[in-house]
Amino acid sequence: MLDAEILARIQFAFTVSFHIIFPSFTIGLASYLFVLEAMWLRTRDETYLSLFKFWLKIFALAFGMGVVSGIVMSYQFGTNWGPFAEFSGGVLGPLLAYEVLSAFFLEAGFLGIMLFGLNRVGPKLHFTATIMVAVGTLFSAFWILSANSWMQTPDGFVIENGRAVVTSWIDAIFNPSFGYRLVHMVLAAYLTTSLVVGAVGAWHLLRDRDNRAARIMFSMAMWMVAIVAPIQIIAGDMHGLNTLEHQPAKVAAMEGHFETQNGAPLILFGWPDMDAQVTKYALEIPKLGSLVLTHDWDGKITGLNDFAPEDRPNSTILFWTFRVMVGIGILMALLGFASLFGRWRKSLYSCTWLHRFALVMGPSGFIAILAGWFTTEIGRQPWVIYGVMRTSEAGSPISMTMIAGSLAAFVAVYAIVFGVGTAYIFRAMAKDPRFAHSPKGEVLRAGSRPVADSTNQAGE
Amino acid sequence: MDYQLIWALLIAVAVFAYVTLDGFDLGIGILFPFIKDPAKRGRMMNTVAPVWDGNETWLVLGGGGLYAAFPLAYSLLLTAFYIPVLTMLLALVFRGVAFEFRFKSIKHQKHWDFAFSTGSIIAAAMQGAMLGAFIEGIAVENAKFVGGPFDWLSPFSIFCASAVVVGYALLGTGWLIMKMEGNFQGNLRRLAKPAVIWMAANLGVVSLMTSYINPSYAARWFDMPNLLYLAPIPIITAGLLFWLWHAVKHREKTVFGITLGIFFLSYLGFGITLYPNIVPPMIDFRTAAAPENSLAFMLVGAAILLPIIFAYTAYAYWVFRGKASDEGYH
Ligand code: HDD
Ligand code: HEM
Ligand code: HEM
Repeated sequence: MLDAEILARIQFAFTVSFHIIFPSFTIGLASYLFVLEAMWLRTRDETYLSLFKFWLKIFALAFGMGVVSGIVMSYQFGTNWGPFAEFSGGVLGPLLAYEVLSAFFLEAGFLGIMLFGLNRVGPKLHFTATIMVAVGTLFSAFWILSANSWMQTPDGFVIENGRAVVTSWIDAIFNPSFGYRLVHMVLAAYLTTSLVVGAVGAWHLLRDRDNRAARIMFSMAMWMVAIVAPIQIIAGDMHGLNTLEHQPAKVAAMEGHFETQNGAPLILFGWPDMDAQVTKYALEIPKLGSLVLTHDWDGKITGLNDFAPEDRPNSTILFWTFRVMVGIGILMALLGFASLFGRWRKSLYSCTWLHRFALVMGPSGFIAILAGWFTTEIGRQPWVIYGVMRTSEAGSPISMTMIAGSLAAFVAVYAIVFGVGTAYIFRAMAKDPRFAHSPKGEVLRAGSRPVADSTNQAGE
Repeated sequence: MDYQLIWALLIAVAVFAYVTLDGFDLGIGILFPFIKDPAKRGRMMNTVAPVWDGNETWLVLGGGGLYAAFPLAYSLLLTAFYIPVLTMLLALVFRGVAFEFRFKSIKHQKHWDFAFSTGSIIAAAMQGAMLGAFIEGIAVENAKFVGGPFDWLSPFSIFCASAVVVGYALLGTGWLIMKMEGNFQGNLRRLAKPAVIWMAANLGVVSLMTSYINPSYAARWFDMPNLLYLAPIPIITAGLLFWLWHAVKHREKTVFGITLGIFFLSYLGFGITLYPNIVPPMIDFRTAAAPENSLAFMLVGAAILLPIIFAYTAYAYWVFRGKASDEGYH
């Protein structure tokens, strides 16, 4: 049954899911551009400049789409979630205002110089602009994740006259889950970007193993994946322990545990059935669940049945979104390991299956990020501010027709705009990175394939 | 310190910064139907490509600031203006991505030009319509919106929509006259003349109609002694309009500045009419304000960061100063 609340939630989920795809990529890419430009300035090796310009074009496209989808987000709280906005304005408003003042202006102010200003301001100042943009994206992540974490684990406030009033800004900003979420999300953005860079490098290597620019980006990306993926698994585990402390119902739903038990198993796969209150077809490893979550073979794990039915998040969804994320995380670590092995065997640039593996893993970061956010947000239900305000009390008095109509408009516009934008990004990725800044590259842009591409196909 | 008043003023400044800055780059899109040559269009867009994102950030600050400082007003206004706000946002999506997409495909350049100009026109029109509806007042009872989804649509709001579209177009023309040379500049001057007349007429009509809409609006301007204090505003505005008429024919740099001046005085007049309401006709900014400590906390950040923002924004404009050339940025 569809009602205004569900439609408003779908609309929020749809617009924010589209939005997060772009920041996940631009946060990582801004830092990567910073590294590339630093390498160019230090070594004066033109290949780094080519790589910088190659990724800069892609960054410009992704950033533009991040901006326009983000502006929509900042108005969504009011259009669809008026009562929520009124209640939370005194807490979340200032956090978002700080984001605008410290991050968005910084990014936007220096973006123009970063994109178009190299010849006008010279390398040093241009490098400063690149740094400012990269720092801006990280500030942005800081504030928005603080806001989101406050909705998950609200702290440092009291309720007065039906609205939240902050008593301690330190407690509100650095609320209990914020640190974990910030680390996990920034690592996720870096991983996602490395995997994209790695996939593009692999694609060019599959066509021409001697493509120096492709070699450099592939190698850089694989170092990142090899180092960051294992760290992300550890960070994710710590994040889960933090969630167990503050939102035990969410973890029970993620794990598919209905009954409270000591020495609970780890359910690998299964189908949690909310009505029957059991996880069907469960494939489980005895006692491992308790070990992972409590670091004790016989630790006690509270099941969903110990929570009132109206306080239970949907386990069927959470169980699977969580497994998708973790599964992808493990695959990423595997890829990193395989690349280390390749390096050791001196076949990093010649091993076809490694390149194919990196190529398929290209989009996996985005999928893991969406799966992670779905876990976090759906697991927060039925609360919009955990334990404080229910989602059912948060919606604006807007009719179903209007929300359905605007949702349809969003779907249509986003499909066109972001579909085309993604196609342009793919096209830019397919160009040969070696020629991104030489005048020759400009000629090649007109249509013909770079010579190197067609002659060296045999290398595959 | 009176935080509520300070924040009301700061948000007014943010909205004004948005109106003038994004106003001129929306104005460039509004001018597209009059300039057909793709190369000229590219040059027009390149004059704002490095700055449009910063310009639009003022819209985010206006919205975000309202959410933070006056949550009740944010919630009521966005609920009442559901349709025009979402239409405006979607229009801004189109015109925002066009900056990049236009240069990515020769085959589809026409389509993205169309998206750019239609997006600009619709966004400007929605802003104007909301301005009109705002002046006419919003149906609120017990701090809840009780009107219908189309309350914002009225003859007056449609008129305001057209006024804002023309005003932005004039700002855009002023900007381009400053940035372009030769023949093209001449074309722009020819376009500007009817726009000046139209804008003058619009300003007169909107002012008169505003005083009919609500007797208290008229009283604010025409009662003694206000009449004496406030009379300079319309008089100076009229003077600026005459000056603008002259500048459009003979000057290069001043057209943009004078138009900004006219925008400023109109905005000031609008503020004087509505003060202290933030959701007219009933809710004043004090009723809608966020808790005192939220306002204080944000003010610290604003006091430190706004001057820095002004400095680097000015620097970015300075880097890209001077006449536009054909060496495209893209
Ligand atoms: C972890 C990071 C992250 C998350 C969870 C979000 N964003 Fe975002 N956002 C960014 C990271 C980011 C960014 C990296 O800073 C962007 C992406 C591209 C860009 O221009 O800045 C951005 C752009 C961006 C903009 C445009 C800024 C401009 O004009 O330059 C707005 C208004 C928002 N976002 C608002 C939101 C809201 C209301 C969110 C939540 C519901 C949200 N973002 C989630
Ligand atoms: C950017 C990545 C994010 C994604 C992909 C995401 C995803 C989602 C999803 C799937 C829902 C719907 C849950 C449901 O209805 O069952 C939702 C709801 C919501 N989220 Fe997030 N979210 C993100 C970030 C944020 C942030 C940063 C905030 C706040 C600062 C936020 C605030 C909300 C609100 C207000 C709702 C609507 C009310 C609700 O259903 O709880 N989200 N989001
Ligand atoms: C493989 C081990 C991983 C574990 C154990 C893990 C654990 C978790 C947990 C428990 C949550 C939910 C936290 C909450 O709702 O309070 C979460 C959320 C999330 N995960 Fe993971 N994760 C892993 C890998 C990844 C990977 C590889 C990515 C992306 C590249 C990722 C991206 C995210 C995101 C974006 C969220 C939502 C934001 C947040 O709550 O931090 N995770 N993760």
